[in-house]
Amino acid sequence: MALTNETIQKRLTDKFGDQLTEWESPFGLLTFRAPAASSLKVLQFLYDDSELRFRFMTDLTGVHYPDRKDEELSVVYHLHNLIDNIRLRIKVYVPIEKPDVFSATQLFSTANWMERETFDFFGINFVGHPNLIRILNVEEMDYFPMRKEYPMEDPTRRDKDDEMFGR
Amino acid sequence: MSRPVQYNTKVKMVEMPEGYSGEGFYSTSFDKVVGLARANSLWPLPFATSCCGIEFMATMGSNYDLGRFGAERMGFTPRQCDMLLVAGTIAKKMAPILRQVYLQMAEPRWVIAIGACASSGGIFDSYSVLQGIDQVIPVDVYVPGCPPRPEGILDGILKLQDLVHNESLRRRNSDQYKALMESYSIQ
Amino acid sequence: MTEIQQHPHHIKLSEESLQKQTTTLNLGPTHPATHGVFQNIMEIDGERVLETVPTVGYIHRAFEKIAERRPYYQITPLTDRLNYCSAPINNMGWHMTIEKLLGIKTPKRVDYLRIIIMELSRIADHLVCNSVVAVDTGALTGFTYVFQYREKIYEIFEEVCGSRLTTNIGRVGGFERNFSAASFSKLHGFMETFPKAMKEFESLLNRNRIFMDRCIGAGPINAERALNYGFTGPNLRAAGVDYDVRVAQPYCSYDEFDFKVPVGTTGDVYDRYMVRNDEIWESMSIIAQAINKLDALEKEFPEQKEVFYAPEADHFHLPPKEDVYTKMEALIFHFKMIMGEIDAPAGEVYHSVEGGNGELGFYLISDGGRTPYRLHFRRPCFIYYQAYPEIVKDGLLSDAIITLSSLNVIAGELDA
Repeated sequence: MALTNETIQKRLTDKFGDQLTEWESPFGLLTFRAPAASSLKVLQFLYDDSELRFRFMTDLTGVHYPDRKDEELSVVYHLHNLIDNIRLRIKVYVPIEKPDVFSATQLFSTANWMERETFDFFGINFVGHPNLIRILNVEEMDYFPMRKEYPMEDPTRRDKDDEMFGR
Repeated sequence: MSRPVQYNTKVKMVEMPEGYSGEGFYSTSFDKVVGLARANSLWPLPFATSCCGIEFMATMGSNYDLGRFGAERMGFTPRQCDMLLVAGTIAKKMAPILRQVYLQMAEPRWVIAIGACASSGGIFDSYSVLQGIDQVIPVDVYVPGCPPRPEGILDGILKLQDLVHNESLRRRNSDQYKALMESYSIQ
Repeated sequence: MTEIQQHPHHIKLSEESLQKQTTTLNLGPTHPATHGVFQNIMEIDGERVLETVPTVGYIHRAFEKIAERRPYYQITPLTDRLNYCSAPINNMGWHMTIEKLLGIKTPKRVDYLRIIIMELSRIADHLVCNSVVAVDTGALTGFTYVFQYREKIYEIFEEVCGSRLTTNIGRVGGFERNFSAASFSKLHGFMETFPKAMKEFESLLNRNRIFMDRCIGAGPINAERALNYGFTGPNLRAAGVDYDVRVAQPYCSYDEFDFKVPVGTTGDVYDRYMVRNDEIWESMSIIAQAINKLDALEKEFPEQKEVFYAPEADHFHLPPKEDVYTKMEALIFHFKMIMGEIDAPAGEVYHSVEGGNGELGFYLISDGGRTPYRLHFRRPCFIYYQAYPEIVKDGLLSDAIITLSSLNVIAGELDA
């Protein structure tokens, strides 16, 4: 029996019930939302289950939604089942005051640097990460640049005039 | 199957500086000779960070040969080179390292900024990119382009050769030069 | 060796370090063997590498932040600079992402032309990597031979889009102009002369005893660890897993083409070199098939010869210049397109292509404006470079150096 989006959804709802919400399939990629507290359990189930076998993590990234209250920061996981060739997207939302998400490093070694990058850009604290420090920016940086409130340009730059550039 | 040997008979030689010659001797002024020697044997230090580095590798290759201008030996240590070719974007994380490499070079030393990113930050007007290497080290020649064509890089090196050829021997001790170094906080 | 930027809290020193029997070596960001700027602080005991801590970010240009402020066409030059050795693949991948979001289907001729350009850039990328592996073992000749043929590939790119390296090639739905006759003649010239040069390069290295002794057994990784680390591309295929995005999720009509996916066994330097070598031959065969398919298509439908972009993507193509100078709508259109005032529909899409190094993914969240809300690049180099400490642990220092160059870490893609 081939694995389809419907069978994956059914198996996940059988195991986790109402915890997983916002099921949709934009452009054919099954997407759902998991609560932050059980994100690692979902990933573990997807890894261990003999039918689902999502054993390859394609991508891990973060998004900042300043308008959603109590859900400003989001971590998006893209998983891939290489045997049946199906992809999956999981979204986890956390509030900006306490952005704690369990680290997936134990399960996927690839999550190590991807979580460091997400921490560097958004400030999401990955609980259980072996070495959560900045990776791409300078260590002395004290803000999280990809958040929407920060500008793209260097704020200390003197030679570029805001008036002339229409900002 | 061996290729037939071809001899290149169209080699362009540099002109001799003006001087007074006689039987068995030739006298000219010292800085002309030094200028000639320095200009035609500049040893580059490629400081290639990104895409301009690949164009620089193409310039070094056989199609656009950089070796015919005297830059045959690429030294990768600053102690042995006179020309620092910064090709590619310099991020703020990299800037102290660039400065340290520049300081390790011995006088006389020249810097070419290859590409838009090295000259002025290029298309990356972001918080992490240094907007031009002249914020940290003094630059002699800027080569614009993104990436500049190998002919452009060669043009930049030739302009530097002109600069080197005509540089006075006292330049490095002059007040103007000292003021320049002061402005970059280089002792 | 001057130790620059020693941050002790980054290095987890091994137990002997208190008596310091080992040397801390800074394989710094400026090093002739690291082709790109990344740093490795290594603990070595004589010639044996005990552990290494990589530091990246020396060329972090904040692509993702810049992309949130740029309209869709102005992001294409940013994608160029990800894996700059094979820039057209990145461009095409980005345009395909936008096409997926908009629901545009490209005509067959566009697909075949895109495949030709993508496979040429894949050849260019693999040529750089293989010749640089040879340079790091001391064989400099192959490098100079091979760069001559990269110049020929650059000439073909120049004929199509005007630029050699960072090409900014193509538009959403196709290309900016039809391929000229000169580009096809250069392509045929390349296809005729390159196989001989490739055989020469192979005869220099493939069965060369010194090269094989040096590379076999250096830096191996087994398939299970490679998958756990998220490897894709030639590095994963060298470890034995035949995952290729062109086969798994065929895009751009790759399913019509017949090509093999070369796979290695141990994942060491020699396997990676041979996988890339064989992929160059496969790319040549794909290009030959694409040329045949183009000829067959044009013979059957002669009007297809003028097709170079998808008709549904009309609002992404600059109108012809005669219209711009005479008609008002064309002028407004032209202005809107250049200034980036074309909005994309809201949506969330992830699209991946097989780049020179593996699965290059674009995760785009659009909120209906002229710029993306969030654009994330899934960069293969960043993901597999984190396996480097595990690969070189307990190996020799010289093996660590050639492992680094055979992994083909491109700094632009590492940091983005």
